[in-house]
Amino acid sequence: MLTTKFDPLKDKMLQVLDPKGKIVDAKLEPKIDDETLVKMYETMLLGRTADTKALQYQRQGRMLTYAPIKGQEAVQVGVAAALEKQDWFVPAFREMAGMLYKGAPLKQLYLYWYGNEEGNHFDEELRILPISVPIGSQINHAAGIAYASKMQKKEEVTVAFVGDGGTSHGEFHEGVNFGAVFGLPMVTVIQNNQFAISTPRSVQSKAKNLASKAIGYGIPGIVVDGNDPLAMYIAMEEARKRAIKGDGPTLIEAMTYRLGPHTTSDDPTIYRKDEELKEWEAKDPLIRFKKYLIDKDLWSEEKDEEKIKEFTDYSNKIFKEVEATGLVPFDDVFKYHYETMPKHVEEQYKRMKEKGGE
Amino acid sequence: MAVMTILGAINHTLDQQMEKDDSIVLLGEDVGFEGGVFRVTKGLQQKYGKDRSIDTPLAEAAIIGSSVGMAMNGLKPIAEMQFSGFMFDGYNQLVSHAARMRNRSRGTYHLPMVVRMPYGGGIRALEHHSESLEVLFAHIPGLKLVIPSTPYDAKGLMAAAIADPDPVIYFEPKRLYRAFKQEVPEKDYKVDIGKARVVQKGEDITVVAWGALMPEAQKAIKLLEDENISVELIDLRTIAPWDRETVVESVKKTGRFLVVHEAYTSFGPGAEMISVINEQAFLYLEAPPTRLGGADITIPLPKGEHHFIIKPEHIAEKIKEVVKF
Repeated sequence: MLTTKFDPLKDKMLQVLDPKGKIVDAKLEPKIDDETLVKMYETMLLGRTADTKALQYQRQGRMLTYAPIKGQEAVQVGVAAALEKQDWFVPAFREMAGMLYKGAPLKQLYLYWYGNEEGNHFDEELRILPISVPIGSQINHAAGIAYASKMQKKEEVTVAFVGDGGTSHGEFHEGVNFGAVFGLPMVTVIQNNQFAISTPRSVQSKAKNLASKAIGYGIPGIVVDGNDPLAMYIAMEEARKRAIKGDGPTLIEAMTYRLGPHTTSDDPTIYRKDEELKEWEAKDPLIRFKKYLIDKDLWSEEKDEEKIKEFTDYSNKIFKEVEATGLVPFDDVFKYHYETMPKHVEEQYKRMKEKGGE
Repeated sequence: MAVMTILGAINHTLDQQMEKDDSIVLLGEDVGFEGGVFRVTKGLQQKYGKDRSIDTPLAEAAIIGSSVGMAMNGLKPIAEMQFSGFMFDGYNQLVSHAARMRNRSRGTYHLPMVVRMPYGGGIRALEHHSESLEVLFAHIPGLKLVIPSTPYDAKGLMAAAIADPDPVIYFEPKRLYRAFKQEVPEKDYKVDIGKARVVQKGEDITVVAWGALMPEAQKAIKLLEDENISVELIDLRTIAPWDRETVVESVKKTGRFLVVHEAYTSFGPGAEMISVINEQAFLYLEAPPTRLGGADITIPLPKGEHHFIIKPEHIAEKIKEVVKF
């Protein structure tokens, strides 16, 4: 088991691909088919491109507050690639690349940050929950979904994402503990990107690493190089197997780094050292995965440029659609609170509609 | 027909509904093996197993938060908060998620879930065991709040709450849990959420109450027997969304209005009702619409609780005051 080999109490970290794109230990290299490997990389690249574009739109005053994913693509895609279609994806709010891999249309992801709830209106089949802003609280939803899976004997796993800051939250404890006590088929992935807005990881916990918190819950935990999509994949694959077998949840800490700001309202230069940023830029997940694929003859620099251009055009096209159609219709703000609109709300709705609600 | 207390009626309804529908699960602190600290869920774990009557860790956010997840994945959770005064760790889940999931997901998800909690004072309990915090729930779009005052309604409202496609908060007047018995039909029936009940018809004043104060209001009316005051008494039963129509129609007839609640007076449920009456029945009023609520003080510990509790004499006095205005 990876979780025993890479014991968090010994402060070990699972890595398959080093920052230069070389396999660290051939025995760990997963047998992922070529098509999937390319899909993983392309999704990371699409995530990166769409993210860069979103920041630009925001700076141009066309997009509202946006939480960038730059640097964290491998965590999310590595996890999503190890999931099956019926598995549940429970995001916090910085998981765009993972959501894309699970099948969320870019248009919806943009629409959400554009300021329209329709962006959270995922097809039920996708099994992606809406973005959850209150930190840590989504882990309890994952626990409930997983409880229902277990009780109804559905062969499915739920994965919840949380940040390093989220691990300080009471709901992290309640949710992970609930999953552990009932042996639920769930996996909690901590995207440890080293900062909660401006607050560094060291202020969140005295623990050497966050995966070691698993020990207190009596479940396996593992620290994984979050900038290594293959390591994330095998860690998730093993956790998923355990969950399906009935052996309960796993806590995965993905060591990564937020290369961008917390959101577009944040200025990381006031709390982040330049040297640290440079150090992590060299560990960029896209650089190492691209090299790995080039070495396997699955990719090339030319293809990379081509794809970046294609994804840039695609992002622009999608965002234009969002700008053209993204205003929330008047009826939408009223009609989704209850199955049947209460009478007094209906009166408010009618009154406002008469006064110019469209 | 069996004769039951409110507590017995809730237990009987949970049993009846769980037997009918495999997707219903109970969860909360001590709800399973022990059947809850008040024994509301007694015997249900023995009958339906640990999977469906879950003794959870002592964690209110996990109880309500996991209920949200369960409801998204095919179950109908009925969560218990051991006392409403302990629910604040779970309040984030109720307000930030349960109330919003349908709107947030634009209808992909809806949450058929019930959150039960005993509320109210008068049982000489410890601190945090006696609050009446209706407005904290009634204020939030996306939630519903019901409070029975009789065994008949306890059954019908619970059945309706379970059948409701949206989250329903079910307040249990713990002072009345075992206070009296009533005949309750064996058959499965519902009391519509949002429908008040006219307990007795009258001509001079409309009195609205619910839950634990309903028997107190009835006693108050008895005290007034020699006063020649005809009271129309309404049991609101649902606080959100409350039955404006029934109350406003009654006030139009009587011209006078008194609402009685144990909830704190300021910004309390009565304030909302009086606003609506002023808007919809102003020209029918013979006296200012009035409220008799709990004083705006922390509900005292048992040896001081009698200073806070609203008694039939207080209600009777207030009725006279409004009628003689």
